[in-house]
Amino acid sequence: MSDLALRPAAVGGLSSGWSRFWIGAAAVVALAWASTAFVANEYAFFATFVILQFVVLATAWNILGGHCGYVNFGTGAFLALGAYVAVALHKAFDLPVIALVFAGAAASALLGAFVGLLTLRLRGIYFAIATLAITVVVETAVLNWDYVGGARGITVIRPHEDAVFGTYNRMLVVLMAAMAVAAVAAARWVERSAFGRGLAAIRDGEDAAEACGVPTLRLKVAAATLSGALMGAAGAPLPLYMNFIDPHSAFGMNYAVSALAMPMIGGTSHWIGPVIGAVLLGGAQQAVTVTISSEINVLVTGLLLVGFVVAAPKGILGLLKR
Amino acid sequence: MDLELLLDATVAGLLLGGFYAALSIGLAIAFGLLDVPHIAHPAFALVGAYGAITLQGMFGLDPVLAGVILAAPFYLLGVATYRFYHATFESRGSDAGLRGLAFFFGVAFILEVGLILVFGIDQVGVRAPYIGQALWLGEMRLPMRLLVAGGCALLMAALLILWLKRSFTGRAAQAVAQDETALALVGADPVKVKQVAFGVATATVAVSGALLVIVGPVEPNMARIYIGKVFAIVVLAGLGSVPGTVFAAMILGVSESIMLSGPAASWTPAVAFGLLLAVLAFRPQGLFGR
Repeated sequence: MSDLALRPAAVGGLSSGWSRFWIGAAAVVALAWASTAFVANEYAFFATFVILQFVVLATAWNILGGHCGYVNFGTGAFLALGAYVAVALHKAFDLPVIALVFAGAAASALLGAFVGLLTLRLRGIYFAIATLAITVVVETAVLNWDYVGGARGITVIRPHEDAVFGTYNRMLVVLMAAMAVAAVAAARWVERSAFGRGLAAIRDGEDAAEACGVPTLRLKVAAATLSGALMGAAGAPLPLYMNFIDPHSAFGMNYAVSALAMPMIGGTSHWIGPVIGAVLLGGAQQAVTVTISSEINVLVTGLLLVGFVVAAPKGILGLLKR
Repeated sequence: MDLELLLDATVAGLLLGGFYAALSIGLAIAFGLLDVPHIAHPAFALVGAYGAITLQGMFGLDPVLAGVILAAPFYLLGVATYRFYHATFESRGSDAGLRGLAFFFGVAFILEVGLILVFGIDQVGVRAPYIGQALWLGEMRLPMRLLVAGGCALLMAALLILWLKRSFTGRAAQAVAQDETALALVGADPVKVKQVAFGVATATVAVSGALLVIVGPVEPNMARIYIGKVFAIVVLAGLGSVPGTVFAAMILGVSESIMLSGPAASWTPAVAFGLLLAVLAFRPQGLFGR
């Protein structure tokens, strides 16, 4: 593992690392696909769906937070925006789910670009608070948007069967697996590209980076846009899976805290960190929710976040490296 | 909007602003003077609110009195919090910003969940003779609960200003904000001074928490809507200025109140955010910046 984390970034562009990565990625999607044929427990699918969604969210958060050093507390806003755009388009035109994912991603990408522009003026804690405030603003907009149910929430009617995967939900799980792989691939590319090195330079000293000719604003906007798009894409299938969405659950703090806690727990320095965090914490959350209660579940998330930030600043990756 | 409505909204806004001031002056010290990214500040206030509710439930105390009593344990809580924050983040240096933020965000989240576990998710309030009463000024109705909150806020602000200007520790706290090394050179321990100042800031939070529950019933998840407001106020004021904080709180209160009586009332939560953005864009040092 330590060898993995220390490997020099992007020696010669598309090195053999990529072919290994894609083989692994294809295996993940194939496994998700195969499981739809053999696993009968519907709850297992739900848990898998949620964990894969957290892989996307944590990876997306890390592109801006881990690589660039800008803390986003607004994951809920990006996710919910993607979800609500999907709901609105589903209600209006009954588009196929792929189109809804792209539409949700596009909407949250726009929000991300706006958030990225805010970094022109806002750094550190000010940026973090602005993302929190944006959550409040987007939530207010949704509460006033009667077409998608306002504060009451909205029931989403969608088919129960799917020709290829058996049920619609199983199709969504495979879709989410593909999205998780795509998100991780994007994060891996960011990490090894000049783009990622520019982001790291911004994180380590924004003024110095600017002075050295790094186009800081452009990179920050690009990172925020990419991060937002991934979060929006992850949100789009959520109302379809649940058959229902309401502002209270969509904008809940749980998404914001989890998306931040997972990279922090896994480790922000490598693309595998958020994945480790999402799988471990997401899995623990599901286990605790089933066996104890959902309140204890969020409490565990908070305690683990604080515990890791205090005792293991570099996350699990840092512990493994030591 | 006609003039009478505007006047009503302004007066209501000033009262609301007084309450916001109470909630923000602790942060003016913790974040404004000491540079601690204390996002959990409103969550601490909410703990104070539930503390006041509990004390009233046990001993039938008046909420303001309960808040003042709670100030003592909150002072210790503040000292402990700063000591821990310093040992874990400040003294370790690099990357402290990101992790410090995540830390306080996590603490706020834990407090919220803790309150849900102990008190449930329903709204709870307190009883006091002045809640529900109002003072009539001609045609104008001034709710007593807001008058009490605003009055306590002004008193607390006055005491804090006195402390900052007259006492040795208060002046040292301001000195720490200006130049920590210089303070160390003249033989004062910056960490100790910051500890006390953070303790005092946290003690005011206990009182403001009691005021929070006097102004209206509380529920465990309401802290986060106040994060944007209190930081908007502290930044608008200019970091660390207590009189500025009171003034800025009034501005936010009046803006929100006017917005609330206008056609776009449902957009009131966005006012603080707009204000924060405008200040950072046009006058980042705030109105009374150091």
